[in-house]
Amino acid sequence: MSANALLSVENLSVRFGGLAAVSDISFDVQRREVFTLIGPNGAGKTTVLNLISRIYHPSAGNIHFDGHRITGLKPDGVARLGIARTFQNIELFQHASVLQNLLIGRHTRRYGNFWQHLFFTPAVREAEHAARAKVEEIIDLLELQHYRDTIIAGLPYGVRKVVELARALCVEPRLLLLDEPSSGLNAEETNDLAFWIDDIREELGTTILMVEHDMTLVSRVSDRVLAMNHGELVALGSPDEVKSHPGVIEAYLGSGREVSALRRPKR
Amino acid sequence: MRFIFKTSYDQDIRLAKHSGHVFWYGLLLAALALAPFVLPVFWSSLITMVMIYGIVGLGLMLLSGFTGLFSIGHAAFMGVGAYMQAVLTALGWPFPIALLCSMGAAAIVGAVVGLPALRVRGLYLAIATLAFAFIVEEVLVRWESVTGGNRGLAVGMINLFGWKTSSPTVFYYICMVLALLATLGALNLLRSPTGRAFVAIRDSEVSAQSMGVTLAYYKTLSFAVSAALAGLGGALSAHMLRFITPDQFGIVQSIDLLLIVMIGGLGSVHGAFFGSIFLILTPQAIALAKGFLPPAIGQTVGLQSVVYGLVLMAFVLFEPTGIYGRWMKIRIWFALAPLYRRGLLKRQRSFQKTDRLA
Amino acid sequence: MAQAGGDGVHFLQQVINGIAQGCIYGLIAIGFVLIYKATETVSFVQGELMMLGAFLGLVLITVLGIPYWLAIPSTLLAMVAFGILLERVAISPILGEPTFSIVMLTLGIGYVARGAVMMVPQLGTELQVLPVPYRDQSVVFGGLIIGVERLVVLAATALLCLLLFLMFRFTRIGIAMQAASQNQAAAYYMGIPVRRLNGLVWGMASGVAAIAGLLLAPIVMIDSNMGFIGLKAFPAAVVGGMASLPGAVVGGVIIGVIESLAGYTLPEGFKDVAAYVVVLIMLMIRPNGLFGDQVRKKV
Repeated sequence: MSANALLSVENLSVRFGGLAAVSDISFDVQRREVFTLIGPNGAGKTTVLNLISRIYHPSAGNIHFDGHRITGLKPDGVARLGIARTFQNIELFQHASVLQNLLIGRHTRRYGNFWQHLFFTPAVREAEHAARAKVEEIIDLLELQHYRDTIIAGLPYGVRKVVELARALCVEPRLLLLDEPSSGLNAEETNDLAFWIDDIREELGTTILMVEHDMTLVSRVSDRVLAMNHGELVALGSPDEVKSHPGVIEAYLGSGREVSALRRPKR
Repeated sequence: MRFIFKTSYDQDIRLAKHSGHVFWYGLLLAALALAPFVLPVFWSSLITMVMIYGIVGLGLMLLSGFTGLFSIGHAAFMGVGAYMQAVLTALGWPFPIALLCSMGAAAIVGAVVGLPALRVRGLYLAIATLAFAFIVEEVLVRWESVTGGNRGLAVGMINLFGWKTSSPTVFYYICMVLALLATLGALNLLRSPTGRAFVAIRDSEVSAQSMGVTLAYYKTLSFAVSAALAGLGGALSAHMLRFITPDQFGIVQSIDLLLIVMIGGLGSVHGAFFGSIFLILTPQAIALAKGFLPPAIGQTVGLQSVVYGLVLMAFVLFEPTGIYGRWMKIRIWFALAPLYRRGLLKRQRSFQKTDRLA
Repeated sequence: MAQAGGDGVHFLQQVINGIAQGCIYGLIAIGFVLIYKATETVSFVQGELMMLGAFLGLVLITVLGIPYWLAIPSTLLAMVAFGILLERVAISPILGEPTFSIVMLTLGIGYVARGAVMMVPQLGTELQVLPVPYRDQSVVFGGLIIGVERLVVLAATALLCLLLFLMFRFTRIGIAMQAASQNQAAAYYMGIPVRRLNGLVWGMASGVAAIAGLLLAPIVMIDSNMGFIGLKAFPAAVVGGMASLPGAVVGGVIIGVIESLAGYTLPEGFKDVAAYVVVLIMLMIRPNGLFGDQVRKKV
């Protein structure tokens, strides 16, 4: 594991029953990098994310975060270390408002034990003010002011995706895991997302590991890309390197001969 | 229609959101405080019962309505509190200390009952709570040296550090103060990180964990707190009834408690008290109506059960948000009229797709 | 209790009684599992349906004077129809609501059923006995004395299980039910009349509960609180695996035998809670039950 690597994944594998969902995946994510996992559906990308955020337990391999071995931790443990994530199918708290959802994102920075909460001491009130102030910064960044008090169940899909992102940012994570952040978003919203990812990296200093399908977005924001297929690593490198890798093209489009048959003849 | 311009975080955080809240709840408190002097003892005793069951309902509401953990044996915690209170009072312990110990005992039992919650969820958890409830009831029956078994146990008078009293008025005020404190405590929890963690667990355990919520701690805490409140209610009802038997805290009573939270309005503090009012006043209403019904219906034992069942079914079918939900809808209608749209608060139907793999 | 033919025989006696009782639990659990498998709905009303079946049989035989061999099928048909009606009127409107709502609805139906029965003068308020042709007869087998009513329970349960197995394996309705239980929308697209099937499932569950009631009635007395025995169906279903029909019966039998032996060997009170201790142990070591399946939500 190199000195500047924030996250290090070594020989990670997981089996579900007889199916090897992820086989022997290894990669590093450098600090302040935007690292993207790509691959066709069923390649195991979200599974890798779930393994890192510890929702699944690996059958083999190790994960290190900032020098700590996190393979044995529970999901709340990795959140406390500074890893936050969004979900592919939005997992927001449906019956709470946007504000409540974002405040739960501050849970790792909460103040007070049960008794202090029960009596709602002045110190707890102060801490609530501080939490609210921090949440407002994220609301400003992602322009959610209109929706602050709206219940999630009443929000359009695109807004919910942004709230997912906002909630993860409220954790003030060092590593942000994004699972298909642009799925379901139109071109304009995806454009906004690209700017936000840049902002998050520049202003907040957060490292980003994301799973994505939208190649334009991937090329635009990523520093490095890892392509997967059938749970295995196919290519690792800069976006251009990976996009032109024959194995990657085959995974998406079929064998090389079929691809050249598709190419339009040059005038 | 009231529109609140917000200029400080405290406006969101504080309990009384605007002057209207202060006025109406103040009025309610004043009315409750004056009730024993204005109403006959029978009616103020009824209000006492409402407050006691409101406390228990509050506990169950925190557990099931706000944390999403369903407990269908909650009356067992009332039983633990009631018997603990009876035994300690018989030993001469002062009322407040005995009360705290009863709450503590119930909380410990609650934490134990909550252990399956760390492994299983949903229906399985509900069945586990049912199992625990039967076991606790059986323990109360068999541990005759302490509880007197099925013969029952007499409960001594309230002992306030020497001054013993069985005055209904004193008891009314004790219950009122305790109900007030319990409600404030619950509201405080709900506006703090603890309460938010509860709601997070209810709505999505996976993402709650990913936000750093330790499931084991908060689930156990929720069980303990709700059991403590049920124990408090049990202890108070022990003093009210003066004589307790194990079958007062069995499965039928547990279902009655579920009635409270469902009819009152799942997921609201108001709901605990609305439901409690329903539970306590319905038998009285039936008694009043008996005179108007033909004897074939009015004089039977089963009428109360039928009424409970029909009202429960009606609420589930037509008003799943309970009395509180209906009240909010009426208020919104008045606030929005004539711009109220029929479909404003309609629930969406969803197709059922199983998460099972077989 | 009088010893007859030594401890070994007595032990066997308890086991057989336990199996018979367990079959009752299993039958109620079958109804519960049928509904759960088909609609992921939790029904707390199986016990009350059992009680209603027993009562209906009682009314037909004692009040209307219908002979036993005619009353039983009539009761069955009536209860099946009642189950279908119940599903149509009360359950299908709220399909898709959270589990808690549906549970509360079934509890509400239970309240109404208990209350309605208690309102029937004479019949509803006192303990009743169901007159059956095989009343008070026993079979002697070696040193064992087995009441015929218990043998009838065993035979009827076995027959019913066979019929259900054949139905799900080989008939179109059975396969359609399985499809609808796994993915409702897809079942609709395949032309499966999901709503009608749901009604049928409830009818079947009600019928099976009625059979349980008619089998149990000669063994215990009939009264409006008889339905609470049905609560033991839940431990049976958990032990067997919540979505497994054979598991429901096996779970019920296990609970019944353990209960019977607990009453025989352990001090007073253990018999009543044996079922619940077993279910707690099961939930801690193997929540999915003996024949259960894995549940994992994909995120």
